[in-house]
Amino acid sequence: MQKGEFPGAEAVKSKGWLSAHRYLLFRRLSQLLIIALFLTGPLFGVWIVKGNMASSLTLDILPLTDPLVFLQTLLTGNLPVQAGLIGAAIVLLFYFVVGGRVFCSWVCPINMVTDAAAWLRRKFRLKGGTTYSRQARYWMLLAILLLAATTGSIIWELVNPVSLVYRGLIFGMGIGWGVIFAIFLLDLLVAHNAWCGHLCPVGAFYSLIGKLSLVRISAARRQECDDCLDCFAICPEQQVIKPALKGAERNLGPVILSGQCTNCGRCIDVCAKDVFVISTRFSNQLPESRGNSNQEEVMS
Amino acid sequence: MDKKSKQDKVDVKRRRFLTDTLRTASGVCLVSLALVVYQRQAKALPSTAIRPPGAGDESDFLGACIRCGLCVRDCPYDTLKLAELGDEIALGTPYFIARDIPCEMCEDIPCVVACPTSALDHELTNIDDSRMGLAVVVDQEACIAFQGLRCEVCFNVCPIRNKAITLDYQHNDRSGKHALFIPVVHSDACTGCGKCEQACILDEAAIKVFPLALAKGELGKHYRLGWEQQKNLGEPLVTPDVPHQYNLPEGMTYDYGGEGLIEEPADQPFSSNPLDTLNRNKEGI
Repeated sequence: MQKGEFPGAEAVKSKGWLSAHRYLLFRRLSQLLIIALFLTGPLFGVWIVKGNMASSLTLDILPLTDPLVFLQTLLTGNLPVQAGLIGAAIVLLFYFVVGGRVFCSWVCPINMVTDAAAWLRRKFRLKGGTTYSRQARYWMLLAILLLAATTGSIIWELVNPVSLVYRGLIFGMGIGWGVIFAIFLLDLLVAHNAWCGHLCPVGAFYSLIGKLSLVRISAARRQECDDCLDCFAICPEQQVIKPALKGAERNLGPVILSGQCTNCGRCIDVCAKDVFVISTRFSNQLPESRGNSNQEEVMS
Repeated sequence: MDKKSKQDKVDVKRRRFLTDTLRTASGVCLVSLALVVYQRQAKALPSTAIRPPGAGDESDFLGACIRCGLCVRDCPYDTLKLAELGDEIALGTPYFIARDIPCEMCEDIPCVVACPTSALDHELTNIDDSRMGLAVVVDQEACIAFQGLRCEVCFNVCPIRNKAITLDYQHNDRSGKHALFIPVVHSDACTGCGKCEQACILDEAAIKVFPLALAKGELGKHYRLGWEQQKNLGEPLVTPDVPHQYNLPEGMTYDYGGEGLIEEPADQPFSSNPLDTLNRNKEGI
């Protein structure tokens, strides 16, 4: 990345705008398509998906339930009901395969809000602000689970902005827009990626599922990396890249194993050298190129 | 020296870790505290908001309901709504306002069937057993039945007619010759569907459905109603009454369980009871 250039500018030059925004476009399509599926019923009377993100019934047959809110009902001391149990199991299994935080980057509607804030931050070069610990979200997760268990009430759902957006769009928002706007301002002015990357307990929950999930991003061609830092600049969870991209000397494989990675694919988009690919956690063997990369370093 | 700088580095790292952790923990504690306070308020269900059939008491319901709105979707009469942010009701939970659209008490209870959790009791299969709330005649001054006017709309729209609401005939003191047809709600039959509240002809309903917690009183647990205990036992709880021996003034009798104290007209030649006269004559002979 040249000084003052937007991350990904080089990739746009070398690959063209479309393929330098491929995964971003796929993600927006996915996010909007899911909203559309929920909205055809209330708006046009074509019922494809009933309910909302917390629990839904697709084509009157497929139950899907948010596993986190389901877990909270169990913690408040309620016994599971078949539909909810099956729905939560299906969702868990799905994210177990495709990557826990795929929810965050491909499904969650708040992602569009926080991405917009991040984009503006880059555009207007807003720097600094408060720093939160990225561990705060796990504390939040622990807190909301403890609150459910001790008060017997699903307290998090009183304010959860993630479920609020869908419920609002489908059933009526009230002053819910205020919460969404607050998150936008938080991400824009208070701290970079404050909500999704630091505070959101829903994302924390999915990152725990993602610790073992199958589909992962891999810096498969990391020896090609020219240290332009575009991937670091665009990544919402920068800390996950380094071990995979720069871990060759420390005997670390090229696959991003951290559950915090959202599999958003933006690193694939912005890399002019096509270092990153979608892969699985099983392709994390140290390639023979490790020796080569060491050699290259010695040579240079 | 190298060792010392290394030691310093470790110290700084440790200090940073501790302050970071402390900061995060206290922040999260503050958020939790705020949430608990907010939850206390959110738990106070307004008196007009009625939960769908099969919902338990409010605190149980708030632990079980995941706010998905599937009950709302399967309600054929658009009765149910989800609370929006800013409403007085816990965000995202289903409710209905009886005065606007009451529950039509579907026989197959689709809202309960749709619920993916135990928030709506899946063992509820007969809608007559549901207790969404309880109708209460809240304003006897405004209800026109108490003025002696014929209305009985609530009585007539009630889906459990003549059981949940009955008419109590009382004397009309104002006219002196008419009856009052007073509606009386019975909690053993009323489901709280709210049809009566919706139908009430007043500008502001005189009969309203309230959540059970608001509508019901409760007798102290230590109370025993003698006549009910007697019915259950089949015999009196205390020593049975024996005919009482009274020390009555001369010329008086006492009719236990009947007329009470009776003055015997001793001086008069004829008793008020003609039989007495006949018997006396007999004795006299």
